[in-house]
This record gives sequence, C-alpha cells and structure tokens, in this order.
Amino acid sequence: MTGITRRQFGILGGATASALVMPAYARAQDKPKVVVVGGGAGGATAARYIAKDSDGAIDVTLIDDSGQFTTCFFSNLYLGGFRDFASITHSYDKLQSDYGITKVTGRAIEIDRDAKTVRMADGVTVPYDRLVLSPGIDLIWDSVPGYSEEAAKIAPHAWKAGQQTRLLKEKLDAIGNGQQVVMVAPPNPYRCPPAPYERASMMAHLFKAKGVDAKIIILDPKEKFSKQALFSEGWENHYPGMIEWYGPTVHGGIESVDVDAGTVETGIDTFHGDLLNIIPAQKAGMIAAKAGLTDDSGFCPVEADSMRSTVDDAIFVIGDASIAGAMPKSGFAANSQAKVAAMTVRGELTATKVFPARYSNSCWSLIEVDDAVKVGAQYVPQDGQIVSTHSFISQTDEDPALRKATYEESLGWYKGITADMFG
Amino acid sequence: MPLMGWNKKHSGTGSRAWPVLAAGLVTCLPISSPTLAADDADTAGERLFSQCTTCHEIGEGARHKIGPHLDGIIGRLAGSMDGFRYSMAMREAGESGLVWDRDTLDTYLQKPSDFITGNRMSFRGMSDQRDRATLIEWMSTMSLNVPGSLVEEGDAKASGPARGFADIVLAMEGDADYGAYLAGECVTCHQASGHADGIPSIVGLPRAYFITALFEYKTNIRTNEVMKLRVANLENEEIAALAAYFSGLEPQ
Repeated sequence: MTGITRRQFGILGGATASALVMPAYARAQDKPKVVVVGGGAGGATAARYIAKDSDGAIDVTLIDDSGQFTTCFFSNLYLGGFRDFASITHSYDKLQSDYGITKVTGRAIEIDRDAKTVRMADGVTVPYDRLVLSPGIDLIWDSVPGYSEEAAKIAPHAWKAGQQTRLLKEKLDAIGNGQQVVMVAPPNPYRCPPAPYERASMMAHLFKAKGVDAKIIILDPKEKFSKQALFSEGWENHYPGMIEWYGPTVHGGIESVDVDAGTVETGIDTFHGDLLNIIPAQKAGMIAAKAGLTDDSGFCPVEADSMRSTVDDAIFVIGDASIAGAMPKSGFAANSQAKVAAMTVRGELTATKVFPARYSNSCWSLIEVDDAVKVGAQYVPQDGQIVSTHSFISQTDEDPALRKATYEESLGWYKGITADMFG
Repeated sequence: MPLMGWNKKHSGTGSRAWPVLAAGLVTCLPISSPTLAADDADTAGERLFSQCTTCHEIGEGARHKIGPHLDGIIGRLAGSMDGFRYSMAMREAGESGLVWDRDTLDTYLQKPSDFITGNRMSFRGMSDQRDRATLIEWMSTMSLNVPGSLVEEGDAKASGPARGFADIVLAMEGDADYGAYLAGECVTCHQASGHADGIPSIVGLPRAYFITALFEYKTNIRTNEVMKLRVANLENEEIAALAAYFSGLEPQ
C-alpha cells in the first residue's frame, strides 16, 4: 500500500479508542471477514475502501464472475467510436496486489443468511461477517413479450457491458444507407436514466460521421425522459431528421417484439428495424431476490444512513440493486453509496470512527463531438429516506465552450472514478 | 429592522459561507501598505470615488440615489438598508450572511457581476488592487455612521465581520480523519494519486488556497456546477477538515 491510500486512523481512532476496545475478532489471527458480491462501481469501490481504510484489519473478498470489468458508463462512447473497448475494460489486479483483496472469479448464486455464507456456482461456500451486495441489475426479459436471453443474441440489449456491447457495436457498424435502428427504451426505474438517449445520440454520430443515411426510432414506455430538453435540442442541432422519439401516447404501447422478423408491435403500428436494440425492464440482481432482500418493486430496501439492508443487519446493498430514495441508478451513485457502506462496515468491525453519511451523483452525457451535458445532485439521509438537497442540470442553448469543457470534465471523471474503483 | 433580521437569519446554515470567504481572501490578498501621505490618499480616494457618485452618496446626510447610500458601509450586512430596493441577488447575499468589510468589498469591486451574480450595480470593476484599497480606505474614513451594533448584538462567532471570522477559521484545526472520509466525495473525479486528466489535481493544495476555492464555489465566483453542488452542504468544519486532509497529501 502506498502512503496516500492508507488512512491514518491511528492518529486518533487507532491509537486511542480502537486499541483499547478492539473486539476479539479484530485481532490479526482472526480477522473479520467482509465479502463483496459484484465488482462494478459499487462493489469494487466498497472492497477497495474497506481494505484501504481498515489498513489490513479486515479480510476482504471480492466476488465477480468476470476476470476483468467493462464499465457500462462510457460504453455508449465505445458504440459511437469515441473509445475503444480496451479503454473501458479494467483489471482487478491492483485490488489484489496493492490492497490485499482476494478476488474470486466465479458466479455467486446463493446467500445462506443464517450461516452467513455465499455459495458459488461451483459449490464452494465463502463465509462472511458482513456482506456487501452490489449485484447490479437483472433484466426482466418478458417485460417486452417475445424478448428473451436467446433473442438478445439477435437483438442485443447491451445494458450490461461486455459481450452484449460488442455485439451491438458490430451490428451498428453494419448498418447501411436507408436502414433503420429501432430502440425499445426501458420503463422506470432502470440503470442510468439518460443512457438510452445518449446511446441514440452515439448511434446517430456514428452514422453521420460515416456518411451513412440511417435513422433511429426510439419507442419509449415513458412519457418523458431524463435530460429530454437537452437531448431534443442536440438531436435537432446535430442530427436533423435522424432520431425519432415516440412516447406511449403516440405509439399506443409496446406490445411485443419479433427479433427474427425485426419488428416491434405497438398499439397503433408495427415498426421495422434492420437492427433492434431492446432494453427491457429491470430488477435487482437475482441473488438479492433469492436471499429475500428485495421488496415488491424488485429492488432492495436499505437504511438511508448506511445502505444496510432493512431485512438483514449483516448485509449492505449498494448500487443499482438498492432502493436509494432520490438517487438514480448510476455508476457515480453506486460509488458514492459504496463509501458510506464501507465506512459503516469498517467502523463496526474495527471499532473505528464513523462519520455521517453523504451521497452525491453526477451524470455526463455526450450528444456529439465536444457537446456534452450533465446533471447532478447532493443527497442526505433524512427521516429514513435519501433525499436530494441540491441539484442542477445543464441548460439548453449553452455556450459551445462550456459544452466542450463538460465533455473534457467527463473524461476526467472517468479516469477518476475508475482509479477510485480499481486503484 | 435589518440588524435584527440579520441576527435572526444568521442562525441558518447558509450564513456561514461569507465569513470564511473573507478569511480565505485575507490570506491571499497583498496586505496594503499605504505609502501615500494622508492628504494624498484622501485626494486619491475622492478621485476614485468620483466614478461612484452618479449612483452613490457617502458621509453625513447621505441619501439613496440610483444606488443605496454608503454611509456606514463597513460592517453593514449586504442588501440590508431600509428604503432601498435591492436586487434579489443582493438581498439573498445578505440573507446568507454577506457583510461588507474591506475584504468582501475588495472582491466585489474587482468585478461586481462575478461576486454577486445578478446584482444590479452597473460597474464593470476596478482591476488595480491598490486603487481598490485606496478607495475602500477613503470610504471607511468618510463613513460617519459605524454600525458597531452588529458586533455587539450578534454572537461572537457570527459577527465581527472579516477579522473575527478570519481568526476563527484560520485557527480552526481541521480533522484530517474526517477530511479523509469526506474526500471520498472528491476523489470520484479528482484522482487521489494527484494525476490530472481533464479534472485538476487537488492533492497537496495549500490550506488557504483550498478553503478560498471552495468558498468561491459557494459564492458563485467559480461557476462549475458540479463543484457548486459538492460544496453546497459543506460546513466550515468540513471545509477545514478537507483542507487539512488534502494539504497533507503528496502527489504520487
């Protein structure tokens, strides 16, 4: 570990308080165990902060079924040709070498809450004193009748970054003159509210840059969407006639999809796409529901001041799988929630200082070269809810220099958050 | 009654912003060392004030014109004079605790539209620091009505405009442990390693600079929306903690 990543709790908390009251299980031979399931913006951050801030006093295991992580954020920029795939893919190596985290590559399928163990697909069980669950989303395939995991091989969702993202990119690159992409946008709540619309922008950018005369139709189950005025203005400015958005009052409801025929049936019409990008409704990752941590919404209720599950004191749920009050489901939000959960876990396992929870979010969206917009808010726990105290959104008709600066800021943020996640 | 209003409002959280701004500025502005003889300074001050006389009066019997009268300006709460219609921006500045003293006036006069966005004073600003110092000194001499009651009526921490606040805040020992936790919010964008790619490094920033910069976001002198959000809920104690933490780091 380097000096900067090592928090000097010893000055106060360590040298005085914790040395005297350190619980038995915090001693070296029998370190408390934290297991983190899910290695994304929530999980990787939580694992890193717990390891870093406990200075080796906690044994941290990070479980993810992928050996390396491709970020969902900036995957639209890969689709648009602004980033290559390698630049949005990250290794867990430093979390292991610099922070002493044990990375288990495999699928966690079940939690035994009584025994406090996580069971892996290969049958191995991993014990925990505290579990941080950051499984992200699962797709509700049949929310769009006719869609399925199998159908996603023809009509990709690309809402979990990785193979699906590459597949969508290949198919987008193959689109030619006179062809059409039909996107089915998801209903609320879903991962990354502005992302479908940033994605449509990136598709249009790709076609425009190549001189391909193609169109994008967005069929939306929502009457309005995130940053709508900003996207609408951007589409009009940069991609006139290329992107058409239809809400339910226009299309009459999304009824079904036929991926082989390339059609989406709605209440009033059949839309044909040479490429379909179907983004279904979403719920918390399956492992959370299986452990009984979700409510009727399909997501996990948590305590606003700690991200602790309201169902199980030993489990913290962060990121897209949690119900985090006013916070949207975003990588930034997951990273922010991870730090609150990490602090709480570190505090109770090593008897060190904890501080009041604070949460924040910002989301940048790229519309066209050097034209990015942003939205953000500050949050605090209040009466058991995470509420927004301050917020902002980019304005329409902004100075191009500001939009360019916003894009550059988003690049800086990407570097920052990925360093914060992976070391 | 403006004074009572100020004292009452000062218990709100927003009111803490201004005093520390002043504190930060104190440390980064050159301390004026007047070399002019007193008479020359008077003349120079009066000459500089001639730019203001279309709108402002100062001294005994001063009245509101296009702008409010400036008698007793030093130590006055912004936007607080009875009988003058201030802009919303100026009233809000006062409500959040802005008191006119040598430091806040200096910043304001440099470029009024930057310091309080949306205020109505149509003066482009005075760029020369020595001119501003001369003018402010002259105004404080000319001002007969000194509202010492602000200091007496407010609590000690909240009142004594610039100097009192400066002492409090500069003497504040930031809790670096707390700062380390709070820094989690910063390092999502500002890399903890001190590397900078599109977002500036804040690792190793001197305390005074760090504190000043955060208050410049609080007061809209710096305009980045993400930063304005991040500082919105930070109290003095938290700013001191962050400054203590980041100033103690070395870039890798």
